[in-house]
Amino acid sequence: MASQTAAARRSVPRLRVPVAPAVAVLIGAAGLLGVLWQAFEKGFGSEGNVPTFILITLNGLTLAGLYFISASGLTLIFGLLRVTNLAHGALFLLGGYLALTLVQDAGVNWWLAALVAMVGAGVVGLVMHQLFLRWNQGQDLRQALITIAVSLILADQMQAWFGATPTAIAPPEFLAQPLPLGVYDLAYPTFRLTMLAAALVVGLVFWLVYKRTRVGMVVRAGVDDTQMTSALGVNVQKVFAIAFFVGSALAGLGGVFAGTSLSLAPGQDQSFLVSALVVVIVGGMGSLGGAALGALLLGLVDQYSSAYLPPEYSNLSALLTFVLLAVILAVRPTGLFGKIR
Amino acid sequence: MTRAWTYGTRGALAVVLLVVALVPLLFTTFFTSQVGLTSLWLGIVAVSLTFLSGQGGMVSLAQTALFGVAGMIAAKLSVDAGWNPWAAALVGILTATVVGLVFGALASGSQGIYFLIITLAFAQVTYFYFAAVPTFGAHEGINGVRPPEILGDPVSDPTRMYYFLLAVSVLVYAGLRYVSRTAFGLALAGVRDDPVRMAALGYNVRLHRTLGFTLAAPVAGAAGVLSAWSNTRISAGSISLAIAILVLTAAVIGGLNRLEGAWVGALLYTLCDTYLRGFTDRFTTWLGVVFLVIVLVSPGGVVGVLSWVGGWVRRHLPGSPAPAIPAAAPAPPVPVSSNGAI
Repeated sequence: MASQTAAARRSVPRLRVPVAPAVAVLIGAAGLLGVLWQAFEKGFGSEGNVPTFILITLNGLTLAGLYFISASGLTLIFGLLRVTNLAHGALFLLGGYLALTLVQDAGVNWWLAALVAMVGAGVVGLVMHQLFLRWNQGQDLRQALITIAVSLILADQMQAWFGATPTAIAPPEFLAQPLPLGVYDLAYPTFRLTMLAAALVVGLVFWLVYKRTRVGMVVRAGVDDTQMTSALGVNVQKVFAIAFFVGSALAGLGGVFAGTSLSLAPGQDQSFLVSALVVVIVGGMGSLGGAALGALLLGLVDQYSSAYLPPEYSNLSALLTFVLLAVILAVRPTGLFGKIR
Repeated sequence: MTRAWTYGTRGALAVVLLVVALVPLLFTTFFTSQVGLTSLWLGIVAVSLTFLSGQGGMVSLAQTALFGVAGMIAAKLSVDAGWNPWAAALVGILTATVVGLVFGALASGSQGIYFLIITLAFAQVTYFYFAAVPTFGAHEGINGVRPPEILGDPVSDPTRMYYFLLAVSVLVYAGLRYVSRTAFGLALAGVRDDPVRMAALGYNVRLHRTLGFTLAAPVAGAAGVLSAWSNTRISAGSISLAIAILVLTAAVIGGLNRLEGAWVGALLYTLCDTYLRGFTDRFTTWLGVVFLVIVLVSPGGVVGVLSWVGGWVRRHLPGSPAPAIPAAAPAPPVPVSSNGAI
């Protein structure tokens, strides 16, 4: 009898409301409603706010693309090697400056310059890994401190070589014209849309390689159990080196895109590192889908808040992304999709 | 940390304290004000990080945020509201403690790298807040902060200010050292070494982390107030990410596992900052190189190296005085230098 009631009790699903996540979701929904209200309160005609809303949304999406490109490199390195590469921002800026020098001073084609910049940033990252990080494997904090030191050196050297004045890279010619969107006579910078497309391509390639190829299989095995993978005859150190190269190269690519759509200046390494970290942490370190979600959240929150907050609070929009991060980490200490290890 | 002080350590400490106390008498006003005051308040904010890291395993980048909260509020209250500087300082430090409690409660669920990054987010939130809000002068900050009358003018006559900062430093050092030997401090160290086992033993891991963080907050806050007094100003720039990393650099250079390392690192940094900038345009590069070498070679920082050297000399000098009985006993692995390395 007693066991029967216990079983009966077990069969009734107990209602458990996770308070903190519920509150977070409610606040998010309220924010979204506020944005939608401001966007559509004057109707859908071209007189209303809809065209602005479309542009702001596109700004948010393309910014998310930029965030994703560099955050994917960061999350790859973390997921596989457990290295928090705090020099990622410096590699990002280095890629931008390399492309700038090639395009501006040497007159190299934008695409070739982007490729060289990627390789350059990748090589610098690889050298850092081989020289300093490799023999400190497993010491998370020490590795983080090492990358901080490297980023200090790199940032200061870049200031010495490339100066302190903000500069932008000229985009490739056929992407320099705005693209007509077909609605409300709007046009949008083609280059920024390319950035979004590039992010999608990076994500797709990552996903295909990760899930469908032998290399991806080895990488997944390496993430789950390095020692066992190594014991099975896989050269894990080689896989690690390749991953570090690819991750750093993606940072460089992000820098090229940022330098073309925005501009390059000292200090951006840190601000971009922080953005990429926020993206990766929000999604859960090591999770590519998490990075995509994080980038989307961060890009949209950033753009909507600076556009739709009441004017007297709009200077607080930079705060909001970090509040987002703090709330998410307080509720889920390893991020939205993060695994506890 | 549990090792009792040997006579040698006590003697060395007394000598160091004596030398430090003579600084205003032996050196110029410029040196006392520029190097003395700066390295003392930088040491105090760095020691709050050293304590968290050494005792609790929490490497925090949010100490400059707490520093800024206390400094800004104290400056605001004394400059704009005309409060007595002491009362303003007290309110500032209390506010920093409350903010520290909130930060600690939010961050204590995370460990290691996650903790580093969530505290980095707190540092950025605070920075953006102070940089954006006109009440605190936005990017301009608050100028014309006056220290209490009795401490004199920090620029033209820094002697009294210097002794006050020194007294606070000694107090903070003694206090944190005492705390790390209490039951709470030992539990915190246990949580640092093995949170799972401590949880199994019935300790509330998260609570201990939160309390440890809260305890370090007034120390960082006091440093903020002292910095505002020493510089007669405070602004958002003084709590930016670069400064957070600077505090980390000073703490790492000094050594993260001994409290006194904080002041040693702060002094070395301030000396280089004051005198090396004239020789090289690329000061930050050299700072980065030193940081890198120390992280790679000696996790115990300069203090770790010093205590290792001390231990080596004591073991290898044939004519060394006899008190080295515990050091000469081969049973414990490395009795003297064990604190130097992780």
